[in-house]
Amino acid sequence: MRLKGLIVAIAALFVAGTAHAEMKVKIGVLTDMSGTYADLSGPGSVWAAKKAVEDYAKMSKGVTAEVIFADHQNKGDIASTIARRWFDTENVDVIVDLVTSATALAVNEIAREKNKVAIVSGAASSDITGSKCNANTLHWVYDTYALANGTGNAIVQTGGDTWFFLTADYTFGHALERDTTAVVTANGGKVLGSVRHPFPAQDFSSFLLQAQASKAKIIGLANAGADTTNAIKQAAEFGIVQGGQNLAGLLVFITDVHALGLQTAQGLIFTEAWYWDMTDENRAFAKEYAAANSGKHPTMVHAGVYSSVIHYLKAVEALKNASDGAAVVAKMKEMPTEDKLYGKGTIRADGRKIHDMYLFEVKKPEESKYPWDYYKLRATIPADKAFRPLEQSACPLVKKS
Amino acid sequence: MFELLGVPPQALFGQLLLGLINGSFYAMLSLGLAIIFGLLNIINFTHGAQYMMGAFVAWMMLNYLGIGYWPALLLAPILVGLTGVVIERLLISRLYNLDHLYGLLLTFGLALIIQGLFRNEFGSSGLPYQIPQSLQGGYNLGFMFLPMYRGWVVVFSLIVCIATWLIIEKTRLGAYLRAATENPALVGAFGINVPRLVTITYGVGVGLAALAGVLAAPIYSVNPNMGADLIIVVFAVVVIGGMGSILGAIVTGFGLGLIEGLTKVFYPEAAATVIFIIMIIVLLIKPAGLFGRTA
Repeated sequence: MRLKGLIVAIAALFVAGTAHAEMKVKIGVLTDMSGTYADLSGPGSVWAAKKAVEDYAKMSKGVTAEVIFADHQNKGDIASTIARRWFDTENVDVIVDLVTSATALAVNEIAREKNKVAIVSGAASSDITGSKCNANTLHWVYDTYALANGTGNAIVQTGGDTWFFLTADYTFGHALERDTTAVVTANGGKVLGSVRHPFPAQDFSSFLLQAQASKAKIIGLANAGADTTNAIKQAAEFGIVQGGQNLAGLLVFITDVHALGLQTAQGLIFTEAWYWDMTDENRAFAKEYAAANSGKHPTMVHAGVYSSVIHYLKAVEALKNASDGAAVVAKMKEMPTEDKLYGKGTIRADGRKIHDMYLFEVKKPEESKYPWDYYKLRATIPADKAFRPLEQSACPLVKKS
Repeated sequence: MFELLGVPPQALFGQLLLGLINGSFYAMLSLGLAIIFGLLNIINFTHGAQYMMGAFVAWMMLNYLGIGYWPALLLAPILVGLTGVVIERLLISRLYNLDHLYGLLLTFGLALIIQGLFRNEFGSSGLPYQIPQSLQGGYNLGFMFLPMYRGWVVVFSLIVCIATWLIIEKTRLGAYLRAATENPALVGAFGINVPRLVTITYGVGVGLAALAGVLAAPIYSVNPNMGADLIIVVFAVVVIGGMGSILGAIVTGFGLGLIEGLTKVFYPEAAATVIFIIMIIVLLIKPAGLFGRTA
């Protein structure tokens, strides 16, 4: 009698154990915490990931997540070391943010090797869903093709048909220059030349001088973060705009506009995927972000980290298993995305998330009514036109019929 | 006109002029470092952070107190110099009897702390600082457009560098300083307060760094990493010029700025590395540096 009771009790314990089986996942935010790109990603991305985990817990108790973070200092080798250590010994299931294309490409390879997941929100190179795509990687927010398509098209069509590029000398700069050159020449424009500057660089005076000498109508800035803001400030000093040339910021974030000030940044036209002042949900998110981040406002990368973590948790809960990275990514591609920041969207076979892109212009100082009120919307590029068409993709995962 | 290796003369002269402007920052910063090392035997790694503090103090004075560029040019170096004096009295003075490396480690650690604190407070994107009204605009020199502010930077740096060199080499105060480094005990025996001289010298060196920072604020973005990027190049400049030589620091600073400017014309990708290649060559041929004295 007592033995039977004991067996039943132990069996009940096992059943109770599996009934409450909660999945735990570990999310690693690998980002630039202190360098050129720290304000557009960095600690803000860590906050966004934690917020996503918090918000998800209110929706569902099926998955709990722990968020850790590290600083890759924009170097591919440091990012690789951290990614390997995280995947091998610290049980990290997914790495997010991954600003700086060199680190994203390095970590994507490692995620494939270890069959884990990498979701890129920060880096830009379109090669992430192009020639370097794989079944364990997703590209969430934007890429060099979308930037070139949006900004490049808009500028050439308003008469900017000769270009000179100021390019950051690493994979991102090269990709952005390449994709924008394709758009410019497809629209009948000409690229008169380009110069590569070290990444990161402080002083752009000599490169700007070469751009001035080229007499191109448009000086394309194929760089980002502090490089872009420095180049724009120094261009103002050298009278580039008074001399009749215009600057095209190919990748500009709201944190860059804040660093430049509206006086210098007014009139800049560029493409972004998300702006804090577009919907009430976005504004609420921005308010919470600002309270936790000394008044700074979130960029599209921060919103992307939030959105990608939410979708990852949904997929893991639906699959009930987080250990097979390729399976999780396949599930994420199968499920349409929906969250309060990016709304509804889909993910393609090559790992590219699709959503509308927006062409913004920076307001003049007198047009700005409250802090961080910097953008006015010029155009919306619909999702199906914004990104490189699948037929042109170099990704081996895309089956060409 | 003639073309040098496919580069038209306008581009060349323009780049040389820009190189001179960069060189003036290198010269001012390496001057401060050379003074501190030459006279105090301290390798002051905090120099980059103090340059950054100069720029930030100028920014803070403008945004919190409404004090403009011209007063900041005088006040910021004094304020930052005072913090230098405090650091020297409290921390560095305890290391004089020890190996150089301890001073290096201490100042390096201080640099990291200072940069981290500023980054925490201000973020790393940088803050805007406008060029003062009277220095805006520029001159069209024919071969390039020279912003007035950059021309001012070259002229002012030259004046400061020459003035500092004159004070150290030609005045009695400078003579006391030089004597105090060679033989502190004997100089002290003559009734001169050697520790105070040393403290003031450190403060002046730091003040020079901060002055360079104020000069840089309108043209480079005021961000916590601005010193870290520059200090490595400045160390290379000081090593090439000779660690203790004031004249060496000034001449090498301007000279290397010119060479960097030339490299940017012919092969821009190497612009960041050319100074270190020169450093290796100089160290192999003349280890004490171009103007240095072998100890």
